[in-house]
Amino acid sequence: MELFQNLAQGFAVALTLTNLLLAVSGCFLGTVIGSLPGLGPSNGVAILIPLAFTLGLDATEALVLMTSVYYGAMYGGRISSILLNIPGDEPALMTTLDGYPMARKGRPGDALVLSGVASFFGALLATIGLMLLAPILAGIAYLFGPPEYFALYLLAFCTLGGLASKNQAKSALAAAIGLGIAMIGLDNSTGLPRFTYGEIHLFDGIDFLVAIVGLFAVSEIFIFIESHGKKSAIGVTLRKVTIPIKDIIHCLPTMLRSTLVGFVAGVLPGAGASLGSFLAYMAEKSIARDKSKFGHGNPRGVAAPEAGNNAAAGGALVPMLTLGVPGSGTTAVLLALLLTLNITPGPLLFQDRPEVVWGLIAALLIANFVLLIMNVPLVRLFVSILSVPPNILLPGIMMVSFAGIYSLSGSGFDLILMILFGLLGYLCRKVGVPTVPIILGILLGNKMEDALRDAMVISNGEISYLFSSGISIGLWVAAIVGFVLPIFLRPFLKTPPRPAD
Amino acid sequence: MKNLIQTTLLSGIVVGSLSVASAVTAAECIAPANPGGGWDFTCRTIGKIMYDIGAVDKPIQVTNMAGGGGGLAFSHVVNERGDDGDLIVAASSATATRLAQNAYGGMTADQVQFLGAIGADPGIIAVAKDSPHKSLTDLLNVVMEDPTSITFAGGSATGGFDHLKVLMALGRLGYDDVTSVKYIGVDGGADAITQTIGGHTQAMTGDMSEIVGFLAADEIRVLAVFTDERVPGFEQIPTAKEQGVDIVSVNWRGLYVPKGISEAEYNEWSDALASVAASSEWEMAMQANGLAPFTKVGRDFQDYVNGVVGEIETLSREIGVIQ
Repeated sequence: MELFQNLAQGFAVALTLTNLLLAVSGCFLGTVIGSLPGLGPSNGVAILIPLAFTLGLDATEALVLMTSVYYGAMYGGRISSILLNIPGDEPALMTTLDGYPMARKGRPGDALVLSGVASFFGALLATIGLMLLAPILAGIAYLFGPPEYFALYLLAFCTLGGLASKNQAKSALAAAIGLGIAMIGLDNSTGLPRFTYGEIHLFDGIDFLVAIVGLFAVSEIFIFIESHGKKSAIGVTLRKVTIPIKDIIHCLPTMLRSTLVGFVAGVLPGAGASLGSFLAYMAEKSIARDKSKFGHGNPRGVAAPEAGNNAAAGGALVPMLTLGVPGSGTTAVLLALLLTLNITPGPLLFQDRPEVVWGLIAALLIANFVLLIMNVPLVRLFVSILSVPPNILLPGIMMVSFAGIYSLSGSGFDLILMILFGLLGYLCRKVGVPTVPIILGILLGNKMEDALRDAMVISNGEISYLFSSGISIGLWVAAIVGFVLPIFLRPFLKTPPRPAD
Repeated sequence: MKNLIQTTLLSGIVVGSLSVASAVTAAECIAPANPGGGWDFTCRTIGKIMYDIGAVDKPIQVTNMAGGGGGLAFSHVVNERGDDGDLIVAASSATATRLAQNAYGGMTADQVQFLGAIGADPGIIAVAKDSPHKSLTDLLNVVMEDPTSITFAGGSATGGFDHLKVLMALGRLGYDDVTSVKYIGVDGGADAITQTIGGHTQAMTGDMSEIVGFLAADEIRVLAVFTDERVPGFEQIPTAKEQGVDIVSVNWRGLYVPKGISEAEYNEWSDALASVAASSEWEMAMQANGLAPFTKVGRDFQDYVNGVVGEIETLSREIGVIQ
């Protein structure tokens, strides 16, 4: 049982008093960072890297601290999504869809505990997946070239229409706005800037965090001011936290499915955690019998994205460790940390530096249990930070948002941009256009465009190249089935009856 | 009262987490990109060694200022920190490339002082292990005969340094139909090599450090390294020169400082940089990261950068990334 030997070796490295303390404080800091709008996992980890150096931590200790912060932030992101309808970071975006309505219905505690358990589930299974399968999974990245990525993004876009159940046209309009915004910046395929008007701040395009914080947090302020606080979304208070065992059991299959979807998305370097949580949510919605309840506080809609994004966070470590390809912004930061510690990730890392890899895996497992404890029974602690009256809380959130966004690039330009997004968000809310597809458009648009144009360069403009592999054909079929078929079949299909209990 | 406590707690946590980085007074190294890339490595490693070996008397704090491919940091330094003697900024061949291509909003290389480079990532061309192309000339001959048959993948956008390297090599063989050469820019060198091993692209253009792990795992074949001599530790890889392609192209790792600092401050920094270059810590860091020795510190380096900027400008005009 080589695996257990390895794991035992890992725990021997990771399970010291210092490391446990680091794991606990890392998890706490991470959860706080994750729950604050504008401070996502990647800047959270980046901000704390100097701390690791100042404390003089060795390689394993630094890794324990940083991965705890990483996982902590992935957990924490859901708290403000659920209680404030403001995603703490971009992977927590999808959690607003059902988490917040569930909280509005008087079940904020249940939503938090359920999503906490889902996060635990996703992260734990993903860590186990990483442990057992990393060297094999690394091979998946080789199979995905531009045509496969294009088909994957296409699949995401095709399911997007089903996101807002009320008005698909508005949802499509929002996605188009997002796509338009995604076009800003340097065009990767020609090396020329687009829509930048010579403004250097726009060369790299628009950061999702700026858009998220603007659309969600800043627009909230405008609504709050306009209605003198009456229509504000803020103000869900948490009374008693019980464990909604029924919901948890009911959602177990959801968590399993979402973990699988999220993990696979995480393993693909071109996809990442946001796509993982999005696909997990959409997959769950598409197979659900009670579709109409999604978006109105369906517990499965809370569990799915959280299991999905935490599984993706674990999955993203696979290409990072085995190929040196970071699958997300945060793993890019972790990669930097490894390099600074003179550890070069790559195909031989598992053989050459087993103590680092298994120490890291043990650290992840420890962090996960610490986070479960911290996020379920102690969730009140985090919530109490957010449950102050809106007239105190909102300015506080604004302050954090401005500081967080300023820390991205240290420029006032992003702050102005954030306020403009706030105005856009306000207008969208007024006319009932959902803001989530805007973010998804920004998030996925560029990558989809690059994948298509790269594919066309490789194939000399031959369209058939897009369908040249089994994977891409499979994804195309899924996209068509998910999008086109329901439109034509809708008149002929009745909603399937619910199974008798 | 409870609210007050909560608010204080909230702001305390925020301020606390934001100010961890700036708790001590320190000199500053700006990495003009998000953590994770070469510039970040330059700042963190050089900054740490400088302080550890006592070449500077205060710790060097790293600030990540991503934006505009380094342009944001460049304009910040030119416009707001023009005489800050406590500031160094990470730079590389990419900085020179973008200055040459006027990608920094009209700013030019002479608006800062280039301090020096103390290591370089040698340029390489690699193919998958099972590729039919056995040598650099093999590959380039195929490109010259039928440019549609080979796609290069690299970690920079079209017109970036990885792309230009290929064009320069072809140029040395007398091929100047630069726009017909197929290139895709993906998300970093490791991604480019992944695409190449996966068979989606036929060759990868990048830097040595990006392929070290894959080379050790015997998944790729490096056709050539773009240095004068074979790189220590990688003696099995032939240089392009040996194969009759007279090109030297490295991605140097270095620093620039603001234009307006005093001569004394400039000399202090260049002395500190020179002692990092000579330290055993730096030697180890270079080895671990696949860097080759490449030390040019002080005014020599400024001249070198000016020369590189000139060449890239000409080539970029030909491929149309500048008009």
